[in-house]
Amino acid sequence: MNIIEKILAKASGKKVVHPGEIVEAEIDKAMANDITAPLAVLSFKRMDGKNVWDKEKVILVIDHIAPASSEQSAKMHKLMRDFVEEQSIKYFYDVGRGGVCHQVMVEKHVEPGDVIVGADSHTTTYGALGAFSTGIGSTEMASVWLTGKLWFKIPEAINIIFNGEMTKSVYPKDLILYTIGQLGADGAIYKGVKFSGDTIRNMGVEGRLTLCNMVVEMGGKNGIIEPDEKVYNYLNKQAKDDLRDDEDSEYDKTFEYDASKLEPMVACPSTVDNVKSVSEVEGVKIDQALIGSCTNGRLSDLRIAAEILKNRKVKKGVRALVIPASQDVFKAALNEHLMEIFIDAGVMICNPNCGPCYGGHLGLLAEGEVCISSSNRNFVGRMGSPKADIYLASPATVATSAITGKITQPA
Amino acid sequence: MLEIHGRAVKYGDDVNTDVIIPGKYLTSTDPKELAEHAMEGLDPSFTEKVKDMNIIVAGRNFGCGSSREQAPLALKYSGVKCILAENFARIFFRNAINISLPVLESKGISENVDERDELRVNLSAGVVENLSKKEVLQVTPLPDFLLEILDQGLIEYVKHRRTS
Repeated sequence: MNIIEKILAKASGKKVVHPGEIVEAEIDKAMANDITAPLAVLSFKRMDGKNVWDKEKVILVIDHIAPASSEQSAKMHKLMRDFVEEQSIKYFYDVGRGGVCHQVMVEKHVEPGDVIVGADSHTTTYGALGAFSTGIGSTEMASVWLTGKLWFKIPEAINIIFNGEMTKSVYPKDLILYTIGQLGADGAIYKGVKFSGDTIRNMGVEGRLTLCNMVVEMGGKNGIIEPDEKVYNYLNKQAKDDLRDDEDSEYDKTFEYDASKLEPMVACPSTVDNVKSVSEVEGVKIDQALIGSCTNGRLSDLRIAAEILKNRKVKKGVRALVIPASQDVFKAALNEHLMEIFIDAGVMICNPNCGPCYGGHLGLLAEGEVCISSSNRNFVGRMGSPKADIYLASPATVATSAITGKITQPA
Repeated sequence: MLEIHGRAVKYGDDVNTDVIIPGKYLTSTDPKELAEHAMEGLDPSFTEKVKDMNIIVAGRNFGCGSSREQAPLALKYSGVKCILAENFARIFFRNAINISLPVLESKGISENVDERDELRVNLSAGVVENLSKKEVLQVTPLPDFLLEILDQGLIEYVKHRRTS
């Protein structure tokens, strides 16, 4: 079996599982946020739910619109707080206590080998730490809260192999954008997506999180990387030696790429698979530059951006936003004096939350405006006006472009 | 529920959840309010069209993007009776079944159906009849347990399983 099959077999009490088989797996952790939890609470009540199956395994995070930007969003948050109180939910990350749900999960909850469901599509992120994790909807989340179990079809899996050393201006974000461009928005539909090869082995854990985060943008069910020493060190945990593919494990397809040949990439409006090299679109004028989100709002991302923005200024007429992915990231960035660099450069620093990535608040776009962003989606209307354009790129490309005022390849 | 009759309204590949229901409306949990904005980002005349064309026929990867259950909810409450697509993004697919909005993976559907064609869909048999063109498309039907969830809705299905 491959690593995905092994995790799901264990969670469903089976010795062996095969692709296509339907299993019912025990859930280790179930996460929902302020966009998906309120509907789940309503469904839970309509199921006559009295108590969640395990008050230490239900994790709730307010992140999509935090703090509340309207009476309506305040109402959604209150509904969550009341539920947390009523159910004595142990892990609730309110405004000021956590940050973007996936970053909070990575910092506090994910363990290699876990089966985790999240009512958010980017739940695929945790595969970088060796967990099977995938997104579900609100009513399904309510059923998990009630039963602690969920059905899964064992996915066929694809193996994406990167070998070679990335050149200086190329980052994990460029690798995943390149992959999505190659495979297409439905290139991994329903499938498990494993990343392997020496580029991945040499990559830091935060870069791997970026890769797994975006597998959903090509339809993937989950992303996964076999956990190694780096992961166990990052988590400060003992290694589990069964989290590897068996030698005879099978993949539906294998794609092999040479990372040393890649250039900085950008996903152009308005689909994530509309990927070009930055050099092809260099010069497109921008109005806003965003560094943040569950994809690229971590400390390593802020360090890269700060290095580029140090002793420089954001171009007049451009708004640059930095949104640390969590309170912990924010604090670490403060300790490293990164925030001073951003402030001196003319960057607006926002509080940890999803911000404009999801289109809720904090930096939405007007008709005709252009944003370059380190986030994950550039769909029509994603960030305000349906007539605004969003380009997705690495934090380095975003920071460099903020200085020049147009899409620019990092040095 | 298992047999659906209506006219086709057609869309292309990769119809995403942000165009089905933009993020700015997700602070509402009222399906009727969501329905007023269904497909707003893609086709502003959708809520008019769906009045007499209530079977969506689409290409690949329908419902890609976010996990928002508000997307199938908005479509269902706008009057959509069924969605036939080459394939679906997996979270959208599960969400639709869970809230009793019929979805059927129908390979070849985009080529064989024009907008306004009259269709009859039998979900348990996996048969899509194009009454306008007098053609029949056989697809893989949903497995029985999904038909059961679709029929009852996940809320009733879970309630029933817990008490039986």
